[in-house]
Amino acid sequence: MRNNLLVSTSPHIHKKESVKRIMWLVVLSLLPSGFAGVFIFGGRAFWVIILGIIAAVSTEGILQLATKRRISIFDGSALLTGLLLAYNLPPDVPFWLPIAGSVFSIAIGKQVFGGLGQNIFNPALVGRVFLMASWPKYMTTFSRPLSYDTITSATPLAALTEGKALENISYLDLFLGNRPGCIGEVCILALLIGAVFLLLKGYISWHIPLTYIITTGIFAFVFGAKPLFTGPWLANILSGGLILGAFFMATDYVTSPLTYKGQIIFGIGCGLITTVIRFWGGYPEGVSYAILIMNAVTPMIDRYTRPRIYGS
Amino acid sequence: MKKLTQEFSKGITVLNPTFGLILGLCPTLAVSTSLFNAVGMGVAATFVLVFSNLIISLLRNLIPARIRLPAYIVIIATFVTICELAIKAYLPDLGKSLGIFIPLIVVNCIIMARAEAFACRNRVLPSIFDGLGMGLGFTLGISIIAFIRELSGSGSIAGFGLFKGNELILVMILAPGALLTMGLLIALTRLLGITRK
Repeated sequence: MRNNLLVSTSPHIHKKESVKRIMWLVVLSLLPSGFAGVFIFGGRAFWVIILGIIAAVSTEGILQLATKRRISIFDGSALLTGLLLAYNLPPDVPFWLPIAGSVFSIAIGKQVFGGLGQNIFNPALVGRVFLMASWPKYMTTFSRPLSYDTITSATPLAALTEGKALENISYLDLFLGNRPGCIGEVCILALLIGAVFLLLKGYISWHIPLTYIITTGIFAFVFGAKPLFTGPWLANILSGGLILGAFFMATDYVTSPLTYKGQIIFGIGCGLITTVIRFWGGYPEGVSYAILIMNAVTPMIDRYTRPRIYGS
Repeated sequence: MKKLTQEFSKGITVLNPTFGLILGLCPTLAVSTSLFNAVGMGVAATFVLVFSNLIISLLRNLIPARIRLPAYIVIIATFVTICELAIKAYLPDLGKSLGIFIPLIVVNCIIMARAEAFACRNRVLPSIFDGLGMGLGFTLGISIIAFIRELSGSGSIAGFGLFKGNELILVMILAPGALLTMGLLIALTRLLGITRK
């Protein structure tokens, strides 16, 4: 590896990066997927996203006012949480659901721990898991894409984990998002555009997403179908919330390991837990639980992958 | 007399077992899905606590220090058995819904803690008041948690249905709801200065 770190005497040049700038750029990179979601599922998806964002930002502001801390609602982090939470909801949820989820995300997932940088779990996923446990009926009712009405149907992932072959859905459909699913997870193309932008700008590294996706693919190939080593690995990668989770939620700075070695362990762990939940667990989708469980393990990973001090 | 009321009231406020000492968590988390169960559990634990404190305090100079814990457990188990048989005879519904958690009062850490920390080194009357206060504090704590959980999770208060539908927060009557309610209430009592900061 090329050593990019050159320590020299002053004057040092300060790079114009800040938490605020990075957060807003992550929001920007998520926009294509939002547009795709609204196009695929109709205007209702738009209002779910907007309500999620408004609820998240105002909860953050109110709680910071109430506890007399610095108001930081314009740093984009609360907005990002609300946006990611809304992306993880089915498009036909009642309008109070994104609001309840965002309030829970910010209040319990983030502010209770002391705000940005202190939270041990990804706030958006905390909100999603809360909604999943509280109102499973709304969280598992998916409408058909491009029909703009509420004809419910099973997601491709639900069919996959039950061991059925995918009917009427091609890989191209999966890639472009022509399938039932959550608002922000369906259009892989749009997600990849945002992900490539973040990777090129260096805001996320490839270590977590790549190891996460490859591990999930390998395990789906081995265990995904009845004779071993015949599983539909590509369909498993393209369906569910894997791409959204791997690039935008597992890579959260606060809740993922610091070193590259730790990030690789984190990614492999996420992939393992995701496939275990998908194939043998009670829920069809395991991405959110996998990332949350690995969030909990992150301090331990950090402890055991601490880089050796040079010369010791 | 002033000292006795102090022994009594400290268990409800400063040293509240649920929010201050954070003891006896198993029954607190497991039984607090409904107010009826919670009050039943609290009263049963209070009964055992008062009488075990009484007997241990009486015998405090006779029990050899090296085998004091087994001795305490025998005394506590006696009263738990009395309590369990009484509940099964007179309140069979409550007995059924509390299930294993009545026999488990034997190893409830509040009772062990009060025996070890208070009853074995204090006279009989303070020990009784300490047991009463701690028991009431525990009953109060578990009942507040149960009230919140039952109302938000099943839409009822002590079994009387108030509202129903899909909008009830299902997670509140599951295990995470117990931990969430408990954590927020501990934070609240510390913020208000009821328990120590």
